[in-house]
Amino acid sequence: MKKIYSVMVENRSGVLSKVSGLFARRCFNIDSLVVGETFDPEVSNMTIVSSGDERTLEQIEKQLNKKLDVIKVKTFKEEHAISRELMLIKVKYNKNNRKDIMEITEICGAEIVDMSKHYIMIQICNTPEKIQVFRSMLSGISVVEVARTGTLALTKCSDME
Amino acid sequence: MNGADAIIKCLEAEDVKYVFGYPGVAICPFYNSILESEIKTVLVRTEQSAAHMASGLARTTGKVGVCAVTSGPGATNLITGIATAFADSIPLVCITGQVNSSLLGSDVFQEADITGAVESFVKYSYLVKNVNDIPRIMKEAFHIASTGRRGPVLVDIPIDIQNATIKSFKYPDDISMRTYKPTVKGNAMQLKKLISALEKSKKPLICVGGGVALSNAQDELLSFVEKHNIPVVSTMMGIGTMATKHPLYFGMVGNNGRPYANKAMNECDTLIMVGARVADRAVNQPDFLTSNKVLIHMDVDPAEIGKNVGPTIPIVGDAKAIFEDLCKEEVTASFDEWLNELNEYKNTLVEKRNPNLSFVDPKVFITTLSEKMDDDGIYVADVGQNQIWSCAYHIVKKGNFLTSGGMGTMGYSIPAALGARLANPNRQVVAVCGDGSFQMSMCELATIRQEDADVKIIVFKNNYLGMVREYQHYTYKDNYSVVDLNDYPNLEKLATAYDISYYKVKSNEDCESMIDKMLSTKGSCICEVMIDPYDTVK
Repeated sequence: MKKIYSVMVENRSGVLSKVSGLFARRCFNIDSLVVGETFDPEVSNMTIVSSGDERTLEQIEKQLNKKLDVIKVKTFKEEHAISRELMLIKVKYNKNNRKDIMEITEICGAEIVDMSKHYIMIQICNTPEKIQVFRSMLSGISVVEVARTGTLALTKCSDME
Repeated sequence: MNGADAIIKCLEAEDVKYVFGYPGVAICPFYNSILESEIKTVLVRTEQSAAHMASGLARTTGKVGVCAVTSGPGATNLITGIATAFADSIPLVCITGQVNSSLLGSDVFQEADITGAVESFVKYSYLVKNVNDIPRIMKEAFHIASTGRRGPVLVDIPIDIQNATIKSFKYPDDISMRTYKPTVKGNAMQLKKLISALEKSKKPLICVGGGVALSNAQDELLSFVEKHNIPVVSTMMGIGTMATKHPLYFGMVGNNGRPYANKAMNECDTLIMVGARVADRAVNQPDFLTSNKVLIHMDVDPAEIGKNVGPTIPIVGDAKAIFEDLCKEEVTASFDEWLNELNEYKNTLVEKRNPNLSFVDPKVFITTLSEKMDDDGIYVADVGQNQIWSCAYHIVKKGNFLTSGGMGTMGYSIPAALGARLANPNRQVVAVCGDGSFQMSMCELATIRQEDADVKIIVFKNNYLGMVREYQHYTYKDNYSVVDLNDYPNLEKLATAYDISYYKVKSNEDCESMIDKMLSTKGSCICEVMIDPYDTVK
């Protein structure tokens, strides 16, 4: 089972290592982790995706809440959230596959952001699943480098009503 | 006023009486400022002991224990003591000196990233980077250590911060931490559920852990169980919560526990766990607990509830507040039949022990010792066979029973006993250890001597690391590996070296007279008790 933890923490040095250390020490999985500032410069937001059985997922929330640098923990399942990831992918092209690449890019709603004589860089921002689809569509093409963020997520607006 | 003066002012504001520690350059400003204060300092002989002494003080006074050591090896030596306190939720404030803040991260002499190193053993830690933060940080440190689930807090202070001038000193009256507000009162709905579960129950049982003593809830617990006649068992950390001979108390549970305590655990239909972690030593198969009973789990730390076992009724809160509330409730049920059943089993149980009569039987020694000890005496058990025997045979009257239950740190008893004695100069203090654990802390004999403290040290002598030997006996068919302690040191000569009394107990017949002699003589002593090297706790 997967769960998303949206964790508000004090924006201090060492907090990321305390949180990631907690996951390591208690053998909790981190599928992905994203950290960024919020509108309040004293507060950072960590979006952590983890998987495990129900007891583990509950322990993660409790142990996070125990950390004194953690202000608030919100947890939600994937279906209750809008989640996005960003991937930059650099591929080597030739005249035979250039068209294919451009087509796949267009179909998947990705965007070409840089190009040279032999290389092309594509950006895609979508749900983790869609990014996975895009990645596998490019499997026949020579991929040189990939950079990918973790999952960012917020609960759906309808859940707020 | 500089940073070091400010720290001392904070300690005074917290009514700290003792600081245990070891100086070094990085903490020298602190030790210079403390000369101006009434606070007493104790020079330990190795830093680990500083934390254990602070722990002994904390557990017998309910106050926060304080230790202060230097940077680098001073700080890293303290870690085992901090981890020991963390495992047993003992409130400590540990102050460590640190290298100049401008040099942090450059691996200079005696620099260690101590806040990083202790992260998983502390409730919280601070690296002080601005001298003006000292009053707030110290206030928070004491607050965090002594509230909610108690635990050690580390404050790492670079030497330049200790030397820096503080603009103005004011010890804050209040705490404002948006991330830390522990729950004290139990949820009223959950307490109602507990009462109605008790009403339906025929065989209720309360299992107390270390949390009851930590929240000073012994009296409240006692009035509750006496009011409703509910039997009580305890974990190792819960020993001493109730008098051993109280008619409602049925001893320690777990793989080294009393058979009647385990029977009560297995057969009860409603189990109330209070301030206990449901850890492996007390509860072998946690899932079994919920298979045939209603499990009510109370703890001040919500993360403990459901960690090892999913309870039927979770109650988050401080044991004292919860039992105060519970005492106001009425329960119309009688558990006499269940009590009779347990008592009958307890009274007809024949113990299987088969002691070798050419040695002292630890059972005889410990029983005699605890009978002769003052009612409010403090008994500190070390780790090893001596701990298991102490748990089984020590009779608590109104005193404390201290031991390193969670971490099982050998060498705990002597420093913890000294800390307890210094904090309670009118109470009798006995440290019981094996010849292995004794040697881990025997350097503190010098500290005991220097403080002119009265600590009776009992050493069960069998020339073996008995607990491991016993394990190798059962698991490796007597293939003993690295457990032979080889008879040294000569404890009589050692006692002479430190100028303290020495007693030797060679047989069961010696016990009474030797214990009388030892307890009536003023000052510290080593009492060597010759036990069978092949004796077992099981």
